[in-house]
Amino acid sequence: MKRTKILMATAAIGIASFVAFAADHIDAPAVQGGTSDITDFYAFEGEDTNNIAFVANVQGLLGAGSDTQNAAFDENVLVEINIDTDGDNIEDLVIQATARDGKMYVFGPEVPSQTGLNSSVLFDSAHQVVVDITAYGASPIVATAGGIQAFAGPRDDPFFMDFARFGQIIGGMETEFASPGSDTFAGTNVMSIVVEVPKSMIGGSGTINTWVESKRKQ
Amino acid sequence: MKFNNIKHIALAILVSATAFNCSNDDDNSTENVGLNFLGTYAQEDQMGRPAVNTVFVSADSKDTFNTIIPSEQSAAFQTMFQTNLEALSPAYNMPTDANALTLTSAQFTGLLATDVLNVSLDGTTTFYDGTNVLTGRALSDDVITVELLLIFGGEDFSENPGLSNDNVDANDKEFLTSFPYLASAW
Repeated sequence: MKRTKILMATAAIGIASFVAFAADHIDAPAVQGGTSDITDFYAFEGEDTNNIAFVANVQGLLGAGSDTQNAAFDENVLVEINIDTDGDNIEDLVIQATARDGKMYVFGPEVPSQTGLNSSVLFDSAHQVVVDITAYGASPIVATAGGIQAFAGPRDDPFFMDFARFGQIIGGMETEFASPGSDTFAGTNVMSIVVEVPKSMIGGSGTINTWVESKRKQ
Repeated sequence: MKFNNIKHIALAILVSATAFNCSNDDDNSTENVGLNFLGTYAQEDQMGRPAVNTVFVSADSKDTFNTIIPSEQSAAFQTMFQTNLEALSPAYNMPTDANALTLTSAQFTGLLATDVLNVSLDGTTTFYDGTNVLTGRALSDDVITVELLLIFGGEDFSENPGLSNDNVDANDKEFLTSFPYLASAW
């Protein structure tokens, strides 16, 4: 059943390849299906309302079983959450996450050494958390340091959409959505990084602008 | 169907990492000694709001969009976004047409072309909950229906009803109320 859904998703992706439509799954030729392909980004007030939780997911459409079992964070990829605190859409702070030998290293929030397309890892940051990457099927391992919580590992893809039907609409085979629709992402997993930080570390009050980047070691 | 390009690096260096004393409440960097974090990391993918690159960027520009920094995106992409929006949706047939946020196609794409997620530090964080607009993105937010409504729904969400809701309103697993919030893997 799950495999069937994945195959349906694949078929829909093929149909709609000229106007793919998902959160950010398979968004562009250079990254789609690779270890740096961001699928989604979330930022919301934590259970502790003094905090903001950031969720950065990569490597979408992992099926249950061996597909997810064999997935891993790429140690050459840096996932960087960018935070603009003064409204110019240039990052004032970053939170960086990169895997080494079964652990996820999370640095920041910290002022980046440079803004823009290239980054250095801020491994001297006063804010850092090291968390064991949770294995497939295991209970989530959470580490906390200096008020920052971190998790890394496979989770259910939180995104939901009748992506297959949209592909059929764009392809001219259907004229409207089905009711009820069918969640094309049901039964699929992603590799997830979740970091929760005190609001006081990212501006305290007001509105921030935030986005996530994946960057590969050169 | 899934290609996992798992690349291992410098295993010899990493072996030494197993020796460090991992204390979660120490925030100095000595525990990273022996791990290789050096070098330059160059951008491959980025996103702020959901579905922006996939919907509004033309096929031959999708890789480019991923490597244009947000502060430069609007100048580079707003015109393309507007052209593609007007081609996609009949709700913007007339120059005076707007969506439920009272944004015309030019104004709406002007907002979207800077692909960042706005997040309030002062209260409710949601993509849209009927009251708050673009104050964050919660896991349960039906962002696709919100975007479809703003693309196809016209001034009062009443236009093109068959296109403005995918009728998938929630995730396939319950989210957790506590960290790490996402549901367990399938």
